[in-house]
Amino acid sequence: MAKSTRLSNDRPSPRDGRAAGVPPDRQLEMLYYMRLQRAVEDRGVKLYYQGRIPGAYFTGWGHEAIVVGAAAALGPDDLLAPMHRDLAAYIMRGISVGEVFAQFLDREGGPTRGRDGNVHMGDPRRGILPFISHMAASVPVAAGMALACRQRGEPRAVLTYFGDGATSTGAWHEGVNFAAVFRLPLVLVLENNQYAYSTPLDHQTAARAFVDKAAGYGIPGVAVDGNDVLAVYDAVAEAVARARSGGGPTLIECRTLRVRGHSEADKFSYVPKALLDEWAARDPLASFERRLRTSGVLTDENDEAMRARVAQEVEDGLAWAETSPDPDPRTVADGVYAPD
Amino acid sequence: MPQLTYLEAIREGLRVEMRRDPRVFILGEDIGVYGGAFKITEGFLDEFGPWRVIDAPLAETANVGAGIGAAVMGMRPVIEMQFADFVTDAFTQVVNMAAKYHWRTRMPLPLVLRMPYGGDVKGGPFHSQCMEAWFAHTPGLKVVVPAFAEDAKGLLLAAIRDPNPVLYFEHKHLYRLRREEVPAGEYVTPIGRARLVQEGAALSVISYGWMLHKCLDAAELAAADGIAADVLDLRTLAPLDREAVLGSVRKTGKALVVHEATRTGGVGGEIASLIAEEAFDSLDGPVVRLASEDAPVPHNPGLEAAFQPTVGEIAGAIRRLAAY
Ligand SMILES: Cc1ncc(C[n+]2csc(CCOP(=O)(O)OP(=O)(O)O)c2C)c(N)n1
Repeated sequence: MAKSTRLSNDRPSPRDGRAAGVPPDRQLEMLYYMRLQRAVEDRGVKLYYQGRIPGAYFTGWGHEAIVVGAAAALGPDDLLAPMHRDLAAYIMRGISVGEVFAQFLDREGGPTRGRDGNVHMGDPRRGILPFISHMAASVPVAAGMALACRQRGEPRAVLTYFGDGATSTGAWHEGVNFAAVFRLPLVLVLENNQYAYSTPLDHQTAARAFVDKAAGYGIPGVAVDGNDVLAVYDAVAEAVARARSGGGPTLIECRTLRVRGHSEADKFSYVPKALLDEWAARDPLASFERRLRTSGVLTDENDEAMRARVAQEVEDGLAWAETSPDPDPRTVADGVYAPD
Repeated sequence: MPQLTYLEAIREGLRVEMRRDPRVFILGEDIGVYGGAFKITEGFLDEFGPWRVIDAPLAETANVGAGIGAAVMGMRPVIEMQFADFVTDAFTQVVNMAAKYHWRTRMPLPLVLRMPYGGDVKGGPFHSQCMEAWFAHTPGLKVVVPAFAEDAKGLLLAAIRDPNPVLYFEHKHLYRLRREEVPAGEYVTPIGRARLVQEGAALSVISYGWMLHKCLDAAELAAADGIAADVLDLRTLAPLDREAVLGSVRKTGKALVVHEATRTGGVGGEIASLIAEEAFDSLDGPVVRLASEDAPVPHNPGLEAAFQPTVGEIAGAIRRLAAY
């Protein structure tokens, strides 16, 4: 069986028009969140190697443009069902950096109060479905959230992220089909990072491109460069508008590469070096920075200020998390059932 | 005898059986090029090739279902769940398709599901569950739970040769815990037979998996107080070695059942009621169960320590029961 990896960027989205209309301050905000994800994860990696993060540690390095571009296209009433590489989306939807670090450190102050770990978090009060380990298990649930919006006549969209591996599960297919049948306001953001753990694309699908699957469900599909935050924003904004106006789900295939291991325990020697180099040269942060420099949106002054703000957020967040206590062991069986 | 870890014993068992029987193949996520999430099948792809070491898509229903289909055709599939927790995605295939196949057709279904399970691995609620009771409750499935490296290999060979679907629960915390003597070559540890690991007259401590080791440590603490316990390693939960359980309890008159799975509806209840029904006359005290709290497995290490039975708690229960 073939071990090679392919990524046919044969139908990239050329649409840049609407995103070009994103006001400069929104563009800077997107850069800010991309940098924040990178900085929080960078700090998390250090904590992990210091042995301070129990269990596994995952990053979304290289995914920032997808995560931020998609989340930035949501309105305040829209809902989110994220996954393990979507850190900035949790933060953009209201989970604080301090809570994120408390989650990593298994402290009481994290969204799961030390019950679950790393990025297995969420908060329904803030419109974020908590992600569970089982890949794509969120997709039918996100469809159900969209169903409720439809039933109540609320013009809201539900956005769910998932990986290429997740698209192989029954839950994914059932969830997408369900949403398609009822034309539910669901936005399906595929983070095609070319690997599911060690498994390359050609072991995950025989389709020429994931986006081709959309036709099989009778929904629109679009492929975009997942390292271009404005292209992602553009495609998602259009899908969100379609969802809110009763046009049903959209599948958006965002193409990138996972440039680190599956988790920090994985040395990812199975990824060809040339492929890593190719995509490292297309780092979504660096290319967006260049673009913002060229257009004059990013200047020496606001760049410096933003870097300082990101660094401060990380330090403050971690400091706050460290003051959060470990959960009280006597509460281990609390909260399994909702009180009457 | 070679000294192997539990993990190496599993690898060795797989290799022995794949070399011996060309019908045996393994299938699972990341088991080929990567050698498996826990590196159990490292090197297998090179030795056996891509049709016997199959890197599968992320699709437990398809992977288990395909294993069943190949078994129907006379192959001997071993399917690896990356973590046992993900078997829930394949529940219909296991519980309805595989479990009832022989009953409906009178044909064998030789299938092994390798289930890396259990806690104390900082895995949290979706990477640490003990789900053996779900399957022991399903007629048609066999459930094995080795606690020692020697049994890990012997039970794996037995599972692969068995004409029924066998859920082989391998405990992740035991993988690299220590080295033990493991016989080389082929040997089979029979399914359905418990092992008396240690003999004593004061009470019977009945357990399996990772908790069996905690029970042995606890029994050692109690022995310092002059309490000698029988320690029984069940090794198989379905079919259960009823005679071994009853034999020990009839001798000692007291039973402590310990497991890592949550308490309510766990295997411990089944064992306790077996003892109550069949050995009531021999009992000199209540049958006591120690198990994890009725809650999901927590991620925080302090919470998880409070969640599982500890050596101290087991030793305390041994002392109290001995004094009853
Ligand atoms: C149902 C299920 N099976 C197996 C796993 C183990 N696992 C965790 S992440 C992963 C790979 C996921 O790949 P993908 O969906 O492409 O997301 P990525 O990690 O590449 O972002 C696997 C196999 C799981 N979480 N869920």
